[in-house]
Amino acid sequence: MNAEKKQSSIAFVIGASSVGTLIEWYDFYIFGMLATILSKQFFPAEAGTAALLSTLAIFAAGFIVRPFGALVFGRLGDLIGRKHTFLLTLIIMGGSTFAIGLVPGFATIGWAAPILVLVLRLLQGLALGGEYGGAATYVAEHAPAGQRGFWTSWIQTTATLGLFLALGVIILIRSNQGVEKFSAEWGGWRYPFWISILLVGVSVLIRMRMSESPMFTKLKSEGKTSANPLKESFGHKANFKMVLLALFGAVMGQGVVWYTGQFYAQSFIETVCKIDFIQSRNIMLVAILMATPCFVLFGWLSDKIGRKWIMLLGMLLAIGTYRPIYKEFIAITSASNRTQIVDLRVTKLGPLMPLVDAKDKHKMYIRQVIDTAYTDGSVFRYTITDTLIGYNELGTNRPINLINPTLIKYKSPKPNIVIEKTMGKAATWDLIWLIFIQIVYVTMVYGPIAAFLVEMFPTKIRYTSMSLPYHIGNGVFGGLVPFLGTLIVEFTKSPEHPAGDVLAGLWYPIGVAAVSFIIGLVYLTNKIDKNVMD
Amino acid sequence: MNSIKKLLGFVWMLLAPAIIFFLIYEASQKIGAATSVTKANVILQWSIILLIFTPICIGFFMFGKFAASNEYAHLPASSSEIED
Repeated sequence: MNAEKKQSSIAFVIGASSVGTLIEWYDFYIFGMLATILSKQFFPAEAGTAALLSTLAIFAAGFIVRPFGALVFGRLGDLIGRKHTFLLTLIIMGGSTFAIGLVPGFATIGWAAPILVLVLRLLQGLALGGEYGGAATYVAEHAPAGQRGFWTSWIQTTATLGLFLALGVIILIRSNQGVEKFSAEWGGWRYPFWISILLVGVSVLIRMRMSESPMFTKLKSEGKTSANPLKESFGHKANFKMVLLALFGAVMGQGVVWYTGQFYAQSFIETVCKIDFIQSRNIMLVAILMATPCFVLFGWLSDKIGRKWIMLLGMLLAIGTYRPIYKEFIAITSASNRTQIVDLRVTKLGPLMPLVDAKDKHKMYIRQVIDTAYTDGSVFRYTITDTLIGYNELGTNRPINLINPTLIKYKSPKPNIVIEKTMGKAATWDLIWLIFIQIVYVTMVYGPIAAFLVEMFPTKIRYTSMSLPYHIGNGVFGGLVPFLGTLIVEFTKSPEHPAGDVLAGLWYPIGVAAVSFIIGLVYLTNKIDKNVMD
Repeated sequence: MNSIKKLLGFVWMLLAPAIIFFLIYEASQKIGAATSVTKANVILQWSIILLIFTPICIGFFMFGKFAASNEYAHLPASSSEIED
């Protein structure tokens, strides 16, 4: 085969593998991004058992089923081949995603709804656990020596681009339909699930045209494939110690940097800094788009200077700069750092309304919306909902007179204030740059890691051996960033400081990345394994 | 470098059970503080966390043990070293 043909063949391999993996990530993310709507539709808050099922869906899919999927499909991939295994994971993922979009809500079919969604979500987790290792192994086994980092880095872009696609599709549908229509039982939130079947269909057709990995084909023809990949991966000390080193010296740190840069950052600017729903997602979209080429850049660079130092530098930068970056998020979005345009302060007072779920008719609420504009173009909206309790001259706890509300004497011990900030142009760009920096860290730790993992393990047990540490590092250590981050902030709350230290949650990713950095620094080698045929 | 690898191995061996104890302590605190409505859910959350972190911590302990016994003094240069 001449060089040009070889190049176009590897480009096809990369394209076909990447599209499928991207779609799997898209499928996995839309569930998480639509979690609030899904929990309302399928897991009503008042039902205790439904809350349990919801927890299982969220926790078990990421923490238990993903590593389990890595074992099941990793074993299969080492026994029957990469191509058929990751074709199977794609079909399971696409089918279960599409089916989630078809499940009627709790209001229509009752308990069957949360149970069906739970089962489908677990299938998604299982499929995701098997997909990545297969795609990375398949591409790496096609890549020419000396270019493995570059070619596998395309697979590495898919997790971030899957996030981009999921964000983009949801924003597009939500903007067109409006919040109410989007959130209805058969509303627009289902479309991203339905779209998946088209994407998966195209990807399956492409993948069916692919041939098996040349290295696996060679092993198979020589009868040298593993008879028991699980035993050989984790039962033999020589390989098992490398699995542990991969997990604790690289993937664990990579997982927390990945989740902090792409999920914790978005959650922080939305829930702590109070940036408007659409704007916070647009900020993420732009930052992701700008940083994505860096995956390929660092993958390519890792072929020249080795994988270790790029990944460790990414971790070190994250450890050193996370707290200053998040402090800056707060400063940029703070009202005290900007000048208010007093003339543009708008206050809208809503009508007096009865509390929807109040059995006692003496409770009402009134909503006040205050828009505060600033010289930099930012607008902060405060929506204040006050509960009014009737104390009219007829006595306390009597129904409030809606016709003549001036008679009400009310007390409102704690009005509910919702803040939504729409930032001006300069502040928006400041936020984009700060998230861009964090995603560059992601590209440093994640860009070279597929090549790094592939080179650590022998061909006959590669799929199994690299899949498990990858999904424990990302699914467990990374996936727990939001939960443990919130838990740490809870520790810092006190009666004197009811909000606690909002930056304290960063100690979890910083701590895990620091341990991983030390292990990587001391135990890993920077040597590139030129021959992965063995 | 090998003595640092060895020394740190003991640190990892101590850190692993410390993490498990910390998680068990936290789980008991959170379950104890949960209301009757949320209790079952909190128990489930922490059970999953303990279920998944216990084997990981055992793995971390083994990693420390391998490091302390100088297993990482030399990393395999080819797959034949791993397979043997």
